[in-house]
Amino acid sequence: MSAILTKLLLVTPDWVRSLTGERQPNVFWAEYVVWPLIQIVIVLFVILTLVAYLVYLERKVSAFMQARLGPMRVGPWGLLQPAADGLKLLLKEDIIPLKADKTVFVIAPIISVVAALVVLSVIPWGAAWATIANVNIGLLFVLAVSSVSVLGLVLAGWSSNSKYSLLGALRSSAQMVSYEIAMGLSIIGALMFARTLSMSGIVEAQQSDGIWYAFFQPAGFLLYMISALGETNRAPFDLPEAESELVAGYHTEYSGFRWALFFMAEYAAMIVTASVAVTLFLGGWSFPGLSLIQDRTIFVLVSIVVFAAKVFALIYAYMWFRWTWPRYRYDQLMELGWKWMIPAGLANIVLTGVWYVLALPESAGGLFGFMQAAPGQIDGRLVPTTAGKLYFVVTGFIISIPIMWVLLATINRRSRDFNLQEQRQLQMQLRRERLEKSASAQEADGTP
Amino acid sequence: MQEQNSVKSRETLFDAEEMVLNMGPQHPSTHGVLRVLLKLDGETVTDLDCDIGYLHRGVEKIAEHDTYAMITPYWDRLDYVAAVSGDLCYVGGVEKLLQVEVPRRAQYLRVILTELQRIASHLLWLGTHAIDIGAVTVLLYCFREREEILKIFEDFIGARLTAHAFRIGGLWWDIYPEFEERVRDFLDILPDRIEEYEVLLNANRIWLSRTVGIGVLSSEEAINLSLTGPVLRGSGVRYDVRKAQPYSSYEEFEFEVPIGENGDTYDRYLVRMEEMKQSALIIEQALDGLPEGPVMAKVPKVIKPPAGEVYFPIEAPKGELGVYLVSDGSNKPYRMRIRPPAYINLQSLKRMAIGHLVADVVALIGTIDIVLGEVDR
Repeated sequence: MSAILTKLLLVTPDWVRSLTGERQPNVFWAEYVVWPLIQIVIVLFVILTLVAYLVYLERKVSAFMQARLGPMRVGPWGLLQPAADGLKLLLKEDIIPLKADKTVFVIAPIISVVAALVVLSVIPWGAAWATIANVNIGLLFVLAVSSVSVLGLVLAGWSSNSKYSLLGALRSSAQMVSYEIAMGLSIIGALMFARTLSMSGIVEAQQSDGIWYAFFQPAGFLLYMISALGETNRAPFDLPEAESELVAGYHTEYSGFRWALFFMAEYAAMIVTASVAVTLFLGGWSFPGLSLIQDRTIFVLVSIVVFAAKVFALIYAYMWFRWTWPRYRYDQLMELGWKWMIPAGLANIVLTGVWYVLALPESAGGLFGFMQAAPGQIDGRLVPTTAGKLYFVVTGFIISIPIMWVLLATINRRSRDFNLQEQRQLQMQLRRERLEKSASAQEADGTP
Repeated sequence: MQEQNSVKSRETLFDAEEMVLNMGPQHPSTHGVLRVLLKLDGETVTDLDCDIGYLHRGVEKIAEHDTYAMITPYWDRLDYVAAVSGDLCYVGGVEKLLQVEVPRRAQYLRVILTELQRIASHLLWLGTHAIDIGAVTVLLYCFREREEILKIFEDFIGARLTAHAFRIGGLWWDIYPEFEERVRDFLDILPDRIEEYEVLLNANRIWLSRTVGIGVLSSEEAINLSLTGPVLRGSGVRYDVRKAQPYSSYEEFEFEVPIGENGDTYDRYLVRMEEMKQSALIIEQALDGLPEGPVMAKVPKVIKPPAGEVYFPIEAPKGELGVYLVSDGSNKPYRMRIRPPAYINLQSLKRMAIGHLVADVVALIGTIDIVLGEVDR
């Protein structure tokens, strides 16, 4: 059995090449078409099943937090509940509101779910062959494609022709655009150490540095996790669909499988953001002692398990947040995004840059010489020495975070001074006067 | 002129008009069938109008055609999450009209039951208020404790929600043997459980930012709007019917009337949390000093109060619940008028909400603690 498995998994290029059955193996066909297709099918199958079971997990986790049992009826411990839910959603009547923009209404959930799934192609699920595409701009690709998914929400809200949907769409567009910036800024610190945008490259960089970048970049990791919550519309930032305010936000008018697509997109986005966090900050599939495994196949399989375990730990944290905290208000969310997250991201970049330059060897213009060229590094990457690691951890935890805290407190020291309600009433007054003025000007012009 | 033109073009380009959002009567967080017409500028509320009456049953008119004893169950269905308090108000009014002295044991049992009901009602309020602000778990924690109270009620009265506890002149039955033990068991777990909610909410940054400074009512405004109950006390006015005009021997119990300082949503939250603890104290005192004796006064089979009129207020969980009865000497009231606290408190919504955001409106509906059965009657 294991021999077959080994043959199937390890000897892939040869095995796939033999499919074409030619004397001169068609390398392009085998390596860039057939094998990726097999990978894509496997990943899609696994992830979509996982999404269904994440919903189950979420229901179970919330139930255990709330002193109840959760789904128990379908199958043992309700394990078949996702299948029953999926079937129900498939069989439901497909309702498109009469006054909806039908084309856009149909396209919107597809955009959302496709954007969420395309990103899966560059995630390094494990060592060696477990990555579909090792793109050298992998991380940039992730950020770019995942920001397309906001388009799905906006279009859904707009095409539904419902006020609640519209408000949800407005909120989601503002929220996701602002948290995207914070997210983009938060990863740059880790990228300075990795010196590559390739997702597999980042994992390898952490291996050769011998440390997870969460230790070098505690502030960056924290910022990434918070903005990832905002980016995936999870509580406490789940304003676009805030059920107690906007009924269901942008998908108020959706039902049946179209609604399920949005749901899938949300959970797939959770997996993606958690995977990026694991890749960037938690060492990806690597784990201390993993390299002791001699058998390549088992090594790769274990690396996939390690990656999945880390991702699940983060997803569990997401669920934990959701069932513990109340929801932010729209303006508070924006305030947090623009007044706290983005300045903190910028400060993190500057501070990390300073620590990094100081740690360079004197020949490279630094002071301390905590970095050295390691053997086997082709691109001249500098690897921190043991003292260097300590230096980066200390600066990251003990110096950077207090400096950022003081800085942010100074920036925001007056943000709570004024009465928000009065401010808004003042603005309403000004606007009303302006409107009246323009109305009277119109009358004076005699134009309708 | 130049400036005016630019303003005009900008306003007409984006067609900036205020949006009217119809919130309810089917909406997850309007606590029933309240319909709120919101005029929105972006998400800021510029005007607000409550449309009520979707649950109107004409209880006051029905009362004119029913005998005094037949009216009592209607009071269970006014504030259906605090049915026992409603009963107490009505039977208290009729007893005042009849000038019947209720036995002391019945009075104490009434206090125990209404205070349990107050805890149950406040628990439901806390859960729904928290879920409106997004804290889902608190709701299920609150329901866990409320369930205990409902079980105690069910075994005593037979109903869980519309518990018809009292009769004119006292109680129909005496309590069952395990009643006292079960109430005491509940009182034992309650402080820990209240602490559980407070851990989740009291110092939670998000909860604070969602409630502190939201819907501020000064004490003058609160009095002018004739608010009562926790909404009034949250604004710093120490008025409680149980202290001001004691009924059902409330003067024999020691308890505090908590008040807030700032009159915002957070203070009203604190006031209600403290009230639950005070209610538990009252129940303990009543159980300790529970007198022996009958639970039913001598009341004629056919109730024909002498002609006259009477107003009888009690401190219901939501505020001053009053009944105004006019008797013409027959077996049916000539006129019955209900003073529903939730209905009168609801008028403060407009005052509190203008200038806040949509998300705050649901928090404010929660903080007023309305039940539409009572608002619409």
